[in-house]
Order: sequence, then structure tokens, then C-alpha cells
Amino acid sequence: MGTSLVSARHSPPPAEERLRILNNRAGRSPQRPFDDALAASGLHPLAATGIEIFQVNAGKLCNQTCKHCHVDAGPDRTEENMTRETFELCLDAIRRLDRPKVDITGGAPELNPNFRWFVEQVRGLGCHVMDRCNLTVLTLRSQSGLAEFLARNRVEVIASLPYFSADRTDAQRGGGIFEKSIEALQKLNGLGYGQPGSGLALNLVYNPTGAFLPPPQQAIEADFRRELKKRHGIVFQSLYVITNMPISRFLDFLMRSGNYERYMNKLIAAYNPPAAAGVMCRNTLSIGWDGALYDCDFNQMLELGTGFGAPRHIRDFDPAQLARRRIVTGQHCYGCTAGAGSSCGGVTAGKAADAGSG
Amino acid sequence: MSGYYNEDDLPRFGEMGKNAPELWEKFNEWYGAVFQEGALSQREKCLIALAVAHAVQCPYCIDAYTQESLEKGSNLEQMTEAVHVAAAIKGGAALVHGLQMRNTAEALSM
Repeated sequence: MGTSLVSARHSPPPAEERLRILNNRAGRSPQRPFDDALAASGLHPLAATGIEIFQVNAGKLCNQTCKHCHVDAGPDRTEENMTRETFELCLDAIRRLDRPKVDITGGAPELNPNFRWFVEQVRGLGCHVMDRCNLTVLTLRSQSGLAEFLARNRVEVIASLPYFSADRTDAQRGGGIFEKSIEALQKLNGLGYGQPGSGLALNLVYNPTGAFLPPPQQAIEADFRRELKKRHGIVFQSLYVITNMPISRFLDFLMRSGNYERYMNKLIAAYNPPAAAGVMCRNTLSIGWDGALYDCDFNQMLELGTGFGAPRHIRDFDPAQLARRRIVTGQHCYGCTAGAGSSCGGVTAGKAADAGSG
Repeated sequence: MSGYYNEDDLPRFGEMGKNAPELWEKFNEWYGAVFQEGALSQREKCLIALAVAHAVQCPYCIDAYTQESLEKGSNLEQMTEAVHVAAAIKGGAALVHGLQMRNTAEALSM
């Protein structure tokens, strides 16, 4: 396992440095500001339509060190993890909402010692729970019984798997990760996950293994379904396609490999108004490990907290104000609006109606 | 002139519309229609384009259709096989001309 950028110190760009890179429009081809693109689509200023998804980032601790990770998570990130007190504040906030979907992410959120307790509390409130799982965490000896726990609590598992072959998966996520991921998927299938009629949802997440945009979701989902079934007997419900965001480790890769400007220009050229209308920040509230509030997990990693007068910490949670807040945007937002769009739930084009329903 | 085959020229392709905008527009429209989903999928068309790019040895096209193929969900195994198809046809095309050589040699020989 590698170390995070913060720990490796080879170029740990702090949030303000990342923002400076993203907002530098003095390159060879000046970039169109994201807000201009929004304005041309009639979406400026971008505003939330509700809080249907309450996304909790349990912390930056992870047993993997994936090359594209926008969180810069890793085994060495032991300090920035949510405490029981902050989880309690999250529960107080959830009680004030109309049973939002609770989306738990990280790092590997399961490694937070409060994870299982929090899941049980949220399920007790009648909320649907989603666990953004790196799969290999299910194979750790320290996490025995985790898969069974998730099944017992009817937790939806959203699992990262960038490709259905070992070479591309391991190139992004580390040597031996693919084999362990397959082992975990087979275990989940054995518990009923992904099986028709079981009610246990297993959805996979694809993201490109380089500086290129993802393929159409339906096309690559069909490949995954065919190949995972044929090679490993694995079944799942849906494949979500996610664009790599020019943040943290992926930004570092873009800069080091000389792909940054080309990648950004590609995202900008692929700006798609229907995808912009359906961006996830409109119906999501993101909570950082320390209780700070953000419009999305990407803003969180750029330390761009909620703005324009909205509450900035979970202790100041105000559902009415946050449900209609203005969203903080930047050049990185082009990552969510390119092509068919990208979100934690896959493509966004055509999802605007859903976002508006809450 | 900094040299031939400058990668910065690829995004400037649209400048070919200057001085002949109607022709450029017709080309663009036709080109776009060719790559739409049809009896062949967009992914298949991109793999054909990638193979042809190698056959015509166009570095711009190789660059563009490598990226396009990845973005249509092709993997390196499929893309490498596509290049082999192009190479086989180019190799076979050279070799089959050997018959021309043989015919000529036969005609010249006693």
C-alpha cells in the first residue's frame, strides 16, 4: 500500500494551491469560467432543490491508496475521522429531514469505529443507507462479519471497481486489489447482494483509469455484466459511471503526466446543460469528518464550504435554509457536467426532474 | 515553422474552415453523421477509425481515436487487435503485390 500525498510530501498541493491551479485561466488556451457556462444554460446562480441525500464523509482513513482518489485517503490518514459526537449531530440533523437517503463515504467508512453503530441508528430512523465500499475492506480480518452486518441492515452497497480485469483495476487501485475485490463481490453475492428479488442492492462504480472521459453508462454496464458473470459468476444491479475529478491525487497525476490542460479543455468542451441541471449538489448535503458542511464531496476536498450565508457546520443545521442554499461552484464542477454528467449515482443528464422533486 | 506534426495543431483543426467555410461545413456534417450510432456501434466505428489511422499513419488521428476508443469503453486488448488488423491488411497488401512482381519477372524471363 502507498501513502497519501499529504504523507508522501512529494507534492501535497494544499486546497488553495489546487484551487489556484484550477482557476488559472492564463494557460495556452484560456478556460471558460464555469459560472459563464451555467449562465448560458439559465442555471446561474445554481441553487439546491432540497436535501434528499445526506452524504456523510466518515473520514480519510482507507486500507487502499488509489491513484485517482479525490480524498487523498490512505492507511496513514488516521487523524481526520468523524467522532461519535459529530455522528450524533448528523443523527439530530437527519431527524429534522424527511427520511433522506444517507450516503456514507470516506476513505473506507467502515474503518471508522462508529460506522456500525451509526448505520444501525440511521436504519432505526427508517432511512435508506448507502455504503460506498472499496470492497477489499470486506476481506480484512479486522472487519469480520462486515458483509453480514450490511446485509442484515439492508444497506445498499456501492462498490468501486474500475474495470473487469486485473491489469486496469490494479494499475489504479494497487497490486492484488482486483483479486480481493472479486472475492468480496462473490461474498456479497452469496449473501444475496445483487441477486434479483433479494432487496439487497449491489451497484458498481466505474471510473476511467486515466485522463479520458468515461464511456456511455449503458454500454460499459453491459460489458461488466457479461464479463463479470462469465469470468467470476458475479451479478450486480447497476453500474454507475463516474468522471475523474481534477482534484487531489488525480489532479496531481494530470499535472505530472502533462495531461492537465488537455483534460480540462475536454471537460469544458463536453459541458452539457441537461447534465448540469441534474448535478448531485442540488439535492445533496455533504458533511465532512469534522462536521463542516459542503455542497458536495469534491468541494469538501477543496475545502470550499457552504457559502452565501448558509450554515457552515452541522451543529448549526437549518434544513429550510440549506435546502434552498446557493451552491458554491468552481472550474472543477466541469467534471460533473461533461457529457452525460457524473455524480455519485452515475450519469446526471435527465435527472433534473428527480432533483426537483424534493 | 516549429516543425511537422505539432500536437497543438489538433485542436486547431477547425481553422480549416477558414477560406472554405461551406466545404468545411459539409465535411463536418458528413463526418459527424458517419460516427453516429447505426448498424455499427460508435465503439466499433471508433475501432475502425483507430485501425485506419494506423494504416494511413496519421498521428493526429491515432491520438484522437486512441482517446475516443477509450472513451467508448474499448480496452487495450481490443485496440491492439484493431491495429493488428490494419497492419495485417497493410502487410498483406504489400505481399499480394508480389504477384505483380512475379508476373513481370515471368514476362521478362525466358
